[in-house]
Amino acid sequence: MSELQSPQYQAYLRRNKRRKRLIWVTRTLLLLLFILSWEVSTALHWVDSMLTGAPSKIIASFQEYVFRSGILYHSWVTTYETVIGFLLSMVIGFILSILLWYSPFLSRVLDPYLVVLNALPKVALGPIFYIWLGDRLSIYGMAVAISVIVTILMLNAGFQELSGSQLKLMQSFGANRWQILRYVLLPASIPDFVATMKVNVGLTLVGVIMGEFLSSKAGLGYLILYGGQIFQMNLVMTSIVLLAILSIILYGIVSFLGNLLLRKYHFQ
Amino acid sequence: MKVIEFKEVSFRYFSPSKETEALKNVHFQVTEGEMVSIVGPSGCGKSTLLSLISGMAFPSQGEVKLFNNKVKEPSHRVGYMLQHDHLFPWRDILSNLLLGAQIRKMDVNEAKKRALYLLEKYGLGDFAHFTPGQLSGGMKQRVALIRTLVVQPDMLILDEPFSALDYQTRLRLSDEIWHIIRDQKKTAVIVTHDLSEAIAMSDRVLVMSKRPGTIKSEHLIHFAGKRPSPLQVRQQSDYQEYFNDIWKELDGDE
Repeated sequence: MSELQSPQYQAYLRRNKRRKRLIWVTRTLLLLLFILSWEVSTALHWVDSMLTGAPSKIIASFQEYVFRSGILYHSWVTTYETVIGFLLSMVIGFILSILLWYSPFLSRVLDPYLVVLNALPKVALGPIFYIWLGDRLSIYGMAVAISVIVTILMLNAGFQELSGSQLKLMQSFGANRWQILRYVLLPASIPDFVATMKVNVGLTLVGVIMGEFLSSKAGLGYLILYGGQIFQMNLVMTSIVLLAILSIILYGIVSFLGNLLLRKYHFQ
Repeated sequence: MKVIEFKEVSFRYFSPSKETEALKNVHFQVTEGEMVSIVGPSGCGKSTLLSLISGMAFPSQGEVKLFNNKVKEPSHRVGYMLQHDHLFPWRDILSNLLLGAQIRKMDVNEAKKRALYLLEKYGLGDFAHFTPGQLSGGMKQRVALIRTLVVQPDMLILDEPFSALDYQTRLRLSDEIWHIIRDQKKTAVIVTHDLSEAIAMSDRVLVMSKRPGTIKSEHLIHFAGKRPSPLQVRQQSDYQEYFNDIWKELDGDE
């Protein structure tokens, strides 16, 4: 590099790098410390390992969970349900929010209903989904119910940001509402769409686990509930750890795809 | 030939709490090839007036005619340039220029040729495949003007086209835009709150009163010899006189 780098700038870069490394090291230490104190406090019987499980036992019986409890199969079921639920709620939310934009009358009419549906704890609808959709499909019902309203509200808020003078420009070319949608609204709301996807994937996972709690024969939610009932805290803890990993992976994939989309349309 | 004709035009608009009279008895004409500026205090209905010309609003009373036809819908003969360029970041410069042609379902290949020609002609030939974010504010505003020229309007209306720019860019750009409009032999109506810009750019200045807006006075801007460009105008000895006259007119409203 031919650029000028003063000693002060180099020192600044070094400081930045060191600080970054320190943050990573502290993070890792914090996790290790947590696991260690968990292990020690159960080993020394400060707490009852029947109630908390213990890291060493989790590791020791992981093989058993994989082969006898089929924990990876259950993770896969939850993943599958979350992906389907996510796609369903994005598609439904997207179509409905376009409809609400297209017809301001409809939007005004439905506004109070959306507010109520947003405030309502969707978990309360669980038994209804169970009766209407049966034990398998009710999971999707729950997943969509929890994530779709927020999706509609977020996408719609993005659509409302379309400025008056952008509309004026389009009208000056004689654009109809469909053309405004196609040429401005959809591409302009890609950043909102990406933000909505990120929120949606988390909420869908909540819905899926909730649905599995209420009615299911498989999935991490089922396994957590089952493990609790037979007092197998190690199984519960392992399932939770896998769930955490799963949620990070799903979120990561969605952010990655979102960033690709943003870059493709020059928002980044 | 008369391009624009306002006959005793009034315009009222409604909100749930009140009725507002925005324009009252507006009466004026613009002939082919003229550049006319409209100045007036803010909120006097200047932009409303442009909406009436472009067919996005219709008079409550009176009549607005474009090329001797009553305005009933947005006309393809009018090009509209706004304060903000609104070049879309997901389109490169060339495809931003084709927006109007796509909406109007014109021959896109023909439009592309025109767009490239105009870009080349007005010094932006190298930027066809840049994204808007890579251009300066002044360049983007020039692209915005070219975007309206690509659909081949017979006349242009410009709504505060320079007010989002810094002072220096503003002076230079008003000169460039003036040259382009002259060069293309377009009739133009420019709304501005900048008095010196109005004098520098136009053949005639219409002064509006505060709301309900009406045309208070008309000032022909004329210089001996060849019409100087906006940058030169500001150095003419007559310029200050025009400025003082119109200033007094506007000041009478306070």
